[in-house]
Amino acid sequence: MLIFTFLKHVGIYCTLMYRVFSQPDQWRMFFRQLPKEMEKLVVNSLGIVVVISIFIGAIMTIQTKLNTEDPLLPVYATGLVTRDTLLLEFSSTIMCLILAGKVGSNIASEIGTMRITEQIDALEIMGVNSANYLILPKIAAFVLLIPCLVFFSMATGLLGGYFACVFTDILTTHDYMIGIQYLFIPYYIFYSVVKTFFFAFIIASVSSYYGYYAYGGALDVGKASTNAVVNSSVIVLIFNVLITNLMLT
Amino acid sequence: MIEVQRVNKSFDEIHVLKDLSARFDSGKMNLIIGQSGSGKTVLMKSIIGLHQADSGKILYDGRNFMQMRFNEIKELRKEVGMLFQGSALFDSLSVLENVMFPLEMFSGMTNREMIARAKFCLIRVNLKEQSFNLSPSEISGGMQKRVAIARAIALNPKYLFCDEPNSGLDPITALVIDKLIQEITAEYNITTIVNTHDMNSVMEVGDHILFIDKGVKAWEGSRNEIFDVSDNDALNEFVFASELFKKVKYALHK
Ligand SMILES: Nc1ncnc2c1ncn2[C@@H]1O[C@H](COP(=O)(O)OP(=O)(O)O)[C@@H](O)[C@H]1O
Ligand SMILES: [Mg+2]
Repeated sequence: MLIFTFLKHVGIYCTLMYRVFSQPDQWRMFFRQLPKEMEKLVVNSLGIVVVISIFIGAIMTIQTKLNTEDPLLPVYATGLVTRDTLLLEFSSTIMCLILAGKVGSNIASEIGTMRITEQIDALEIMGVNSANYLILPKIAAFVLLIPCLVFFSMATGLLGGYFACVFTDILTTHDYMIGIQYLFIPYYIFYSVVKTFFFAFIIASVSSYYGYYAYGGALDVGKASTNAVVNSSVIVLIFNVLITNLMLT
Repeated sequence: MIEVQRVNKSFDEIHVLKDLSARFDSGKMNLIIGQSGSGKTVLMKSIIGLHQADSGKILYDGRNFMQMRFNEIKELRKEVGMLFQGSALFDSLSVLENVMFPLEMFSGMTNREMIARAKFCLIRVNLKEQSFNLSPSEISGGMQKRVAIARAIALNPKYLFCDEPNSGLDPITALVIDKLIQEITAEYNITTIVNTHDMNSVMEVGDHILFIDKGVKAWEGSRNEIFDVSDNDALNEFVFASELFKKVKYALHK
């Protein structure tokens, strides 16, 4: 029974995506929507990304140092661990989970409201492909600009670690700087960015799906939005395991 | 002219429309009346394809809608305007941009022509210039309805659908909106179908009336005949639900 419901969702999701990825009725309208969505979904998320990354970077440096108080460990260890954790998982996966909450609920509630107030019907009546008009700019904006958020997160996370060294006497900034440059593997950045392309697509499309098929009243839009966040987070986690397996082992 | 022939529509267990046939002529106000839940909205949405009818025929000037391919439906939709129950204006766009929206999608006009056409439609529904740049949430319900009408007629539709156009409006504004739809219908010879449960609208503008009871066509006629139907309990119950119309009938027969 559960598998049946699951397959039904997948089926409807795929038909929706088929409609999303068709030729826009007016490219002009698409290019007018795109910058608006970029601002709403990405630029407005920069704040939260920066704040969270700085604090996590700082905390990670402090925790790593505290939990590895061993004179035999080289001085670069703390910086290196902080850097690799940021590059490999935090700035991609954890960041996307946080964004699933912010961006996912934003997308689902916006599209869901348009559904229950018949704005989507109004588009369809005009002969507009509503799925394409509403959803494609969101997916495109989020997927295209997600690397910026990742880079910001990596940079400010490392900066957070640096601040931890400056404001506490746990570690000297000199040791930290050596650490974050030691054995640097550029491939990790590539790996992170590739992952987030997938995650961004999942978050934007799954949230759009829940919003697009909302039915009922304001309460149902709330439910759609919760479903969007929970389910896109779970799918992101599953894909994280799959992609990590493919790219790192 | 739109013809509906023996249309059925069910949702899972509920059989909403039962073998419904009707004919809606152009240039006239065709009213679909009935209690809430009788299937008016479902009938309207089946005619325009927002719901898929299970069986039957829907003919737009002889063109069978149910057999149209995706692209043909898309073309037909450009000849259709619809006024939704809650106006369904796009929140993110201004009043003027709402009316320009269908033009930008399909007209191929220049920007200046689109603005001119949108302003013409807005002025036609008696809106003032100073409201053109407001957003839909900043104007009253009656004004939202007018904007929605302007948007629906922007592309010169041949068919106009209105789902409860005066629900939630005061009696005076409701009448103004009804009259406006009637004028536009006559002026451009549009095939107009209006859903309503408001007897005032029926008496004011009902050229051709279709009464639906639990998904079945229970009566058809004009507003002049509607008071004198002796053999239809459901209709009488609907028409004379309000004390006012009981008194009217009483006065007429004295
Ligand atoms: N999308 C839907 N899914 C299931 N049932 C529906 C749907 N839309 C309408 N119905 C049912 O169809 C019946 C008629 O509804 P409707 O046409 O909206 O009535 P009204 O005459 O008030 O417009 C109602 O019983 C309603 O519950
Ligand atoms: Mg209705």
